[in-house]
This record gives sequence, C-alpha cells and structure tokens, in this order.
Amino acid sequence: METAGAVGQPVLELTDIGKEFGAIRALHGVDMQVFPGEVVGLMGDNGAGKSTLVKIIAGNFRPTHGEVRFAGNAVHFYRPIDARAVGIEVVYQDLALADNLTAAANVFLGRELKRKFGPFAFLDHNAMAARALELFGELRSETRPHDLVKQMSGGQRQAVAIARTRLSNARLVMMDEPTAAISVRQVEQVLSLIHRLKEQGVAVMLISHRMPDVFAVCDRVVVMRRGEKRADKSIRDTSPEEVTALITGAKEAA
Amino acid sequence: MAMPLETPISFANVGRIRWWQRGIFASQTGYVLLALLGLLIAMHFASPYFFTQGNMQNVAKNFSFIAIATLGITFVIITGGIDLSVGSMMCFSAMITSMVMSGLSTPGMPGASLFVHLAADGKTVVANVPGLILIVSILAGLVTALIVGLVNGFCIAVLGLSPFVTTLGMLSIVRGLGYVVSNGRGSFPGGPDADYFYALTSGDLFGVPAPFIYLVFLAAVMAIVLHHTSFGRHVFALGGNEKAAELTGIPVVRVKIEVYVICALAAGLQGIIVSGWLGSAPANMATSYELNVIAAAVIGGANLAGGVGGPLGAIVGCVLLEVIRNGLVLAQVSSYWQQTLVGVIIILAVLVDRIRSRIV
Repeated sequence: METAGAVGQPVLELTDIGKEFGAIRALHGVDMQVFPGEVVGLMGDNGAGKSTLVKIIAGNFRPTHGEVRFAGNAVHFYRPIDARAVGIEVVYQDLALADNLTAAANVFLGRELKRKFGPFAFLDHNAMAARALELFGELRSETRPHDLVKQMSGGQRQAVAIARTRLSNARLVMMDEPTAAISVRQVEQVLSLIHRLKEQGVAVMLISHRMPDVFAVCDRVVVMRRGEKRADKSIRDTSPEEVTALITGAKEAA
Repeated sequence: MAMPLETPISFANVGRIRWWQRGIFASQTGYVLLALLGLLIAMHFASPYFFTQGNMQNVAKNFSFIAIATLGITFVIITGGIDLSVGSMMCFSAMITSMVMSGLSTPGMPGASLFVHLAADGKTVVANVPGLILIVSILAGLVTALIVGLVNGFCIAVLGLSPFVTTLGMLSIVRGLGYVVSNGRGSFPGGPDADYFYALTSGDLFGVPAPFIYLVFLAAVMAIVLHHTSFGRHVFALGGNEKAAELTGIPVVRVKIEVYVICALAAGLQGIIVSGWLGSAPANMATSYELNVIAAAVIGGANLAGGVGGPLGAIVGCVLLEVIRNGLVLAQVSSYWQQTLVGVIIILAVLVDRIRSRIV
C-alpha cells in the first residue's frame, strides 16, 4: 500500500480540538492531519469520541476550542452545508438516502440540475441521469440511474451515497461505518470504491469497527480513546493486535 | 487488492426492472384506477341512467367538490404529514369570502363606498368597477387560508409539534372562528358581483362544470410541480427520509411550511367553490369533510407514512368515492350504506397494495 499522496499541504488540519457537552468532555486536545489522496482509518470504541470528531469536521457541531484548517485556511462551519461548500462530504452510516426516489434523484438531492423556461426552473432529468450514470461508471458500480433506491442492494446504495460525494469534486470524504451492514461481496465493492476516490486524489477518512477493512484500505490509522487521540501510525508500522490493544486501553498510547 | 478492469460498465448482475413492475403499473393508484374502470362498466350495465349526460355532469361536479382539497392534502401526505383542518378551512374561507362580498356591496358598510354606489332610483346597488368586489372577496378568503396554513406550518416545522395534534387543534380553532365571525348564522354571497360568483363556481363551460375545469387545470399544474421542479422532488424526499433530506441540505422547514400553505389554500379555494354551488356558506358547512378528503387521497394511493402520492391518485380516489355514492343512489340502495362501503374500500385498497408489494 503506497502513501504516495501523503506529501505537500494537508487538506485537513486539526489543532487542539476540544468539545464539551455541559460537564461531559467528549473530546480533548485532538491534533490531526489528513493529506490529499490518503486514506485514514479512524478507530475507537463506542463513546471514544469518533462521531463527535466527525460531526465537528462535518459542521454538525462547533468545537468548544481548537482550530480546524481546511486546505490551509481556518474554517468555521455553522451547518453541514458550510462544510460541503468548501469540499467536505460525508457518507453517513445510514447513507441518508430517500428510498422512494431513484438513484439519480438521490445523487442530486438538494442540488438538482435545472433548466430555465422563462421564470420557471424545471428539473433536467436527462442531464442528471447521464451524470449519475457517469459517476456510477467511475465507481464501477452496476447501478441504473432510473432504478428506485428501495429496490437496490446494500452495495448499490453505498455507490449512490458515494456518487453523491463525487458531484462537487470533494477534497475530503468521511465515511461513517460504510461496511457495517452489508455482505462480504459488497464490502469488497465498497473498499474498491474507496480506492477509486484515493486514485483521484481525494482524502478519505474511514470510520469503522472492522479491523480487516481498515487494514485493507487505509494508509494510516488513528485510534481514539476516552476523547483523546491515543495513536496515529502508518498502517505498516502497526498490527491489528496493537490497534485492538489501543482501542480497549490495554495499551495506553503509541 | 485486485482492481476491476477498465472496461465500460456492464449490467451483468443487475436486471432491468420490467415495465409492469415500475411507475403507475406497480402503484396502488394503478390498481384503484383499474377497479374504477371495472366499476364504471358494471354501473353501465346495472343502470341505464348512469352514463347519461346529466348524471355524468353531476358526478363530475360532485367529485370536484372535494377533489381540489384532496390535491392540496396530497402534498402534505407525501411529506408524511397530515392536515385535519381541511373541512373547517373550507367553511371559514367560504364564509370570509361571502361576508366580504356582501359587506363591500352594502352601502354604508366600512369601505363599501370605494366599491359600490347607489343608482339613481336610490335602491339598486351598482358596482363602481364590475368584478372588483369578486376579486377582493375571493382574495380575502384565500388570504385567510394562507394565514391558517402559515400558522400550521410554523407550529409543525419550526416549533416541532406533531402535525396530527396541531391540525386537530386548528380544526377546532378555525371552526370556532367561523362561528364567532358569523355569530352562528350562515352568510350569503350577495351584491352586484354575486352573479359572476355563481357563474364562476357553479356554472359550466360547454356543458363541463366549472369546478371540474379548475380541478383538471390544478391537477396538471400539480403533476408538473411534483415531478419536474426541485420543490416537488424535495417534497418526495421529505416523505421518504426526512433526516436524509436535512443532511443533503434541503430547506426542510421551508418545504414543510409551503406544503401546509398549499393545503390550506386548496381547501380555501374548494370551500369558496362549494359555497357558490350551495348558494351560501353555513357555519356547519363541510363538517367532517377532512375525513372524506383524507379517505380519497388514501384510496388513490397516497401513503400516510409519506413518500408516495400524486394528483392522479387524488382524483381517482375522489371519483371512486363519488361513483359509489352515485351508484348506490341509482341502484336505490339506502344511502346509509355508503359510509360503510367507503370504509371497506379504504381498507381493501390498502390491503391489495400490501399483498401486491409482497408478491412482486
């Protein structure tokens, strides 16, 4: 596994990020960098602070202290749309798809292509279907733009959710447990989708509980425990056993 | 890890959905439409009067009297909401319209001097600008509906109250306000513009009842809005997965408020039209019509869980209800059976859809 992309300016840079919910300290002093074309695995037990960290980067929460820099500039997100505007896309655990709509409609949800007729703007169905087919092709997914999402397999749904992140040429894609609820063959598909993103110079953050997946695609693994970053190691310098020990606390830090 | 070869994408593992497994053919609307056609044929053989011009006009007019409101509530149902205040809204808008119309047409009432003056004989009231009173009074009715819709939408989308409870409250509030402003008496559209009003609401054009024409026009507009604008797409997305809609940046609050406003406006317009046909707006007008309207929408295929529905379904549901009512009258069956039968059909329609979705 190459880490060729991990050079130059980091696309995402977190400095001393902390988040408190009332008396609860969910995150404390997290520093982290993600480079273009790099796949970073974010691991940790439930309640370790992974989701909070992701939500801060995605603009769902604001950090209590610390600084988020994206592509060199300090950024402040008030809503998820702000994060999306600068090029951060999130594939949510439940994929955030509307079952009753087609694949193409889901890809373009919230940013539909339109054609103007005088004062009215109508959906440009053909352009959206064509672009969606192109994106599914890039992702090597056998997905028809006009099929309803409720009739699709788990792998196809993942492809739809990931295709959505390709619309705006995102520079950082965060995937929350993308392989949690799908079959073995579909896991392969999702991991190859992650490779596709990496090839195109996109930084990927993979939040996962599944050790084999993280070791299959990630260049680097970050382990969280009790709201703090306990390890940040190249995948070549660590082992599943060490990561497990870090997650459970058998090993304090590395 | 092995990379897939760089070949054009093929659909080796993914079959194409057959034409009869998608679109209208796979929807409850399609099945109910089929049942409706069957029923029409059966009615033709059961009664020689059914397909006469007079009876057809009657059927067209009668179902148009709930169909416009059904179009409106279909928007709300697609988003996964419900509006129980439809019946009260129909009454209140109609009442405001006819009260404004008679008020402005009575010399001596506040503001009336702007619109009417007495003719030389001292008795006949003449409009300053023919048609102006009509426009102002209909606008008054619709603005009332707009306000009620905004309040519904605000409570549901911004304050986060449940649609059922909010609109149940609104049902009572609006009906109560109707009694307050009218003092429990009905009101009548009157004055120099009343003739226009009756012509527009209960008249016909080349034998086609006016309400039916409005209905067809509004249904066509609704079909375009639902399927060819981003607003329509957001309405469906909201009903399919509200959280996804929120995360993808759809203005959820605005869309929700808009659907409740559309629903209230449709109900208001419907009420104004019905009052033209009745010749008055009694304070108990359209009581419990919300149930007919919701029943028609559900029979036509709108899913109360959200995400499914459309104008064709709304109209098919209304026609089916009206044909059954009409058929029972022609067959000289006691009209008390009508309600029972409507209930059976609601359950049957949903049941058939459930069985179908398990088989296909």
